[in-house]
Amino acid sequence: MTGIPKPGRAFVFGDNIDTDVLAPGSLMKLSPEALATHCLKAIDPTFAGAVRPGDVLVAGANFGLGSSREQAAVSLKILGIQAVLATSFARIFWRNAINLGLPALVFPQAGEIASGDRLALDAASGLIENLTQNRRYVISPLPEHLLQMIADGGLIPHLQRRFQGTAA
Amino acid sequence: MQLEPMDRSTPVLAMTLVEKVIARAAGRAAVRPGEIVTAGVDFAFAHDSSGPRRWRPYLEQLGVGIWDPSKVALVSDHYVPAVDAESAAILSDARAFAREYGVSAFFDMVGICHLVLPEHGLIRPGAFIAGGDSHTPMAGAFGTYAAGYGATDMAAIVATGETWLSVPQTVRVEWSGAFQPGVVAKDVMLFLCRELGLDNAFAAIEYGGAAVDAMNMPERMVLANMAAELGFETGVVAPDRITFDYLAAQGRPVDDEAVALALRSDLDCTYRAVHRFDATSLAPQIARPHAPDNVTDADALGDVAIDQAYIGACVGAKLGDLRMAAEVLQGRKVAPGVRLLVAPASSATTEQAAREGILTTLLEAGAILLPSGCGACAGMGAGLLAAGEVCISSTNRNFRGRMGHVDAKVYLGSPYSVAAAAVAGRIVDPRPMLARPGVAA
Repeated sequence: MTGIPKPGRAFVFGDNIDTDVLAPGSLMKLSPEALATHCLKAIDPTFAGAVRPGDVLVAGANFGLGSSREQAAVSLKILGIQAVLATSFARIFWRNAINLGLPALVFPQAGEIASGDRLALDAASGLIENLTQNRRYVISPLPEHLLQMIADGGLIPHLQRRFQGTAA
Repeated sequence: MQLEPMDRSTPVLAMTLVEKVIARAAGRAAVRPGEIVTAGVDFAFAHDSSGPRRWRPYLEQLGVGIWDPSKVALVSDHYVPAVDAESAAILSDARAFAREYGVSAFFDMVGICHLVLPEHGLIRPGAFIAGGDSHTPMAGAFGTYAAGYGATDMAAIVATGETWLSVPQTVRVEWSGAFQPGVVAKDVMLFLCRELGLDNAFAAIEYGGAAVDAMNMPERMVLANMAAELGFETGVVAPDRITFDYLAAQGRPVDDEAVALALRSDLDCTYRAVHRFDATSLAPQIARPHAPDNVTDADALGDVAIDQAYIGACVGAKLGDLRMAAEVLQGRKVAPGVRLLVAPASSATTEQAAREGILTTLLEAGAILLPSGCGACAGMGAGLLAAGEVCISSTNRNFRGRMGHVDAKVYLGSPYSVAAAAVAGRIVDPRPMLARPGVAA
């Protein structure tokens, strides 16, 4: 990682945020950019319009359950979400996010974050700082091979380096 | 893939079925839960939505082809048949991709991948299977490790033939006794959604017990399919005579039954948990909007009038599911003001249903026949819902907005429950409609 990213505002959601509300199946023919404007619309019609690059999505248990559709993670990335913090993740969403270079971090204290809190985080060290509440958390960092993948920009750039013999 | 007889000359770590499959795929004598390993993929597949249109740009970026086209299958089942220029282009691209990249196992508009692949004998016991769809675990009914992956993971898998995973712990669920008439695998899975919840990521589920042993392959496929709803990465049933007979009937018998029979959990293996249930006491189950774990016994639901009844999807429109619907609909009519839509899960299903007279029974009752494909279950095909409409569906998911408008309400039930609701105009316990001496299904 190249330095600690700038702080972002927290957008807080509950448990069981599914891929149908992240990326509705009936709209999957839209371009990724157009689809992203519908992200989470079913439960928060203002989200896609309000979120800005660098903001952080905070949620409860089993974030991203449902379909394998990668557009769920793509939409969050297009909207500029810096990272997703949740108490637990559905497996396919979690892999998709990391494969796209979007950190998806298990954060047991996600419930202590309020909407609008300013969060600074460093995926490599597992440090999360709530600048609004003046609290710091240290979470289990991702496994080394996934941090390397995120640092490379995601799975495909990571593979590209491997095929070119420029990475370990 | 070649399954090797296990070397018994040295003591090996006791493993679950899932651990055994992963160990072989990873080239290891044994694996333990939590270990991060790289597995060689025996079989990979995707559909028109998740596959070619996503893979092509990545493969071009990497400058590689498919690692082994003989181990890859493509199935066009999402945007079928095309309803506009965009979906026609997606299907056209899938055809071109299969040709250009040498994928001969290409199934174009003959049904849903999770059913079409076993119908062609392509799901082999003991295989490590990667599928570009969340219901890939359905193949676990044959004693495979079968997990769903997103498009980028799948592109990497078809480029390299391998993927990483953290070895999951296994949860075992045992069903003793026998199910009552009118209670089927779909009821089992809705009940398990209620009991185990949907948050079981990074673990596997294994089904067993007398009531599971007695199930045919299509019913076992329901158990494995909806492991996805529970959040498990794969769901397995150990291969047995029923598995072997199914594969033989597809013209693809297993190479060595003794080897395949060893694909079961060791007696002294370690499970994360073992849950035991009595099949005899299970009643038909219904999931209320908007989640598959919002489940109640059908007779405790209260009065729910419906606009639409939908029999479709990989999990709920196999031949056995159509037979269940016909058993209810024989000599009955769909209630006025209700529409019953039936989208058989594969062309082979439709053919056999026609031969058995099932299609006639459904159509005489007032059912509307739809093309085979993922259809309304994936929010793409015919049968989507308007705001405020109520649907009961034999599919596997009822998240808000999945089958049309975000203010539509979708209930989930077995094909028996869906057909019974179509007749009654409201959701009911289907069992009273089945007790009809003298009426042949």
